[in-house]
Amino acid sequence: MIEVLDPGPLALVEDLGRPGLGAMGVGCSGAADGDSFRLANRLVGNHEGAAAVEFLLGGLAVRFRRTATVALTGAPADARVGGGAGGEGRGRGAAFNAPFSVRAGESLRVGRPASGLRSYLAVRGGIGVPPVLGSRSWDSLARIGPPPLRAGDLLPIGSGHDGEPVVDVAPVAEPAGGVATLRVLPGPRSEWFAPDALDTLFATPYEVTAESDRVGLRLAGAPLAAAAPGAAELAPEGMVTGALQVPPSGRPVLFLADHPVTGGYPVVGVVLTADLPLAAQLRPGDELRFRPTSHPAAAGPPGGPVAAASAARWRRPRRG
Amino acid sequence: MRTSELHVLPCGDRAVLVELGDLEDVLALHAAVRDHAPAGLVDVVPAAETLLIVFDPGVTTAQRLAGDLAQLPAERPAADEQPLVEIPVRYDGPDLVAVAEATGLSVAEVVRRHAAPTYTVAFTGFAPGFAYLTGLDPELVLPRREEPRVRVPAGSVAIADRYSGVYPRPGPGGWHLLGRTGAVLWDLDRTPPAALLPGTRVRFTAGRA
Repeated sequence: MIEVLDPGPLALVEDLGRPGLGAMGVGCSGAADGDSFRLANRLVGNHEGAAAVEFLLGGLAVRFRRTATVALTGAPADARVGGGAGGEGRGRGAAFNAPFSVRAGESLRVGRPASGLRSYLAVRGGIGVPPVLGSRSWDSLARIGPPPLRAGDLLPIGSGHDGEPVVDVAPVAEPAGGVATLRVLPGPRSEWFAPDALDTLFATPYEVTAESDRVGLRLAGAPLAAAAPGAAELAPEGMVTGALQVPPSGRPVLFLADHPVTGGYPVVGVVLTADLPLAAQLRPGDELRFRPTSHPAAAGPPGGPVAAASAARWRRPRRG
Repeated sequence: MRTSELHVLPCGDRAVLVELGDLEDVLALHAAVRDHAPAGLVDVVPAAETLLIVFDPGVTTAQRLAGDLAQLPAERPAADEQPLVEIPVRYDGPDLVAVAEATGLSVAEVVRRHAAPTYTVAFTGFAPGFAYLTGLDPELVLPRREEPRVRVPAGSVAIADRYSGVYPRPGPGGWHLLGRTGAVLWDLDRTPPAALLPGTRVRFTAGRA
């Protein structure tokens, strides 16, 4: 068991989410920074989808009731392993991106990261809370899964490892600092915007506002104009992680792990999957830029149809 | 036979958005994708006029997926083959009078018109198990409330825009509340937890709920 002493600003149990339930209105959810999450599991010899703790802006303190192999990844911060109560101040330091042992009765305390937003604590065996709809992820929008951690919570350690830890230290680049650049594939609804909207999106920086969370980054910056203000409204349609949805204000929302399954505002472009971990580490006040990229093995023009397949066979014949 | 094309729009590097004419086409393609899952299929989200298909880019590509979709066997589940769910409603909602005033109908006529049609679940998404039901009487089409409620009780039967719906869990909401049902539409201990899935037909019956 792991006892939560202090969850800090927000600590959640997350895994790789629950894909496949979109038709009943349940999104995937899962770790916001999938790269850091997977790395933490690899470092302790877990399978990459074992549940771990995702915590925001440091401040996490936990005590282990049995000896465990653990790893910290994501937003780097000072971390210390200490003895019993009151002994934490004399504890030994623990490095990020490298597995280490915590003995029974010892606590682990993580300070505030200098940069980045989300850190991960993986434990060899995984966090063994009961899954909900096949996943141990808290979906903050759907409110499904293990709820946010509180002081006094006890987390069972599971048996989700499938190998021995073999890596001493994983080389992880420090966050670059400055303005993050996210690559965007235009579409599916870029034609719903004024001709210069994509130019605006790619030419000007945006700022992450305080109204950002696991659902999405709400951005401040140059608004993107609709093609024809007051024109027909888009019928609601399915949304993906990374989508840049543009409400009537013109200021894009970058959807993260807990985004709504369907939405009624047009999506001007979608951030590459590989850049989502970077997006998940941006703090309110951070600046970011978008850069256009083309589709891998793209056949058509950016934003154009992938294919216009002649596939009328399964369609319902119309009378009249 | 209509011979229109299947428009597959890019939606990032691991999804495509298939544009379809209407709900019947959406439900038909959804059924075909569900029953004959193309390689690399991860998730499917039906909506009013589109089907979002999320794929594993390690297994397939947008182009290959589009080709696979074109090869799917014809599958057109007839409406009367879809499950029918009857939902008993006590029509005593707090917005009943306001809806009657806004539509120029009597309260009794609002209830009659709401309980008359057989609805179809078009899509879900506002909350787990929340189904957007099409088939609403055109006379009852109203924009959503200007001031959304902070908390709508579970089981509230409501209308907004072209849709009717039932709040499966308590939560915020801006729809017009016509009544309440005791029917449990979302139950994590049930498989599937959602009682109303795309294509399901729904009938409301006035009375004790």
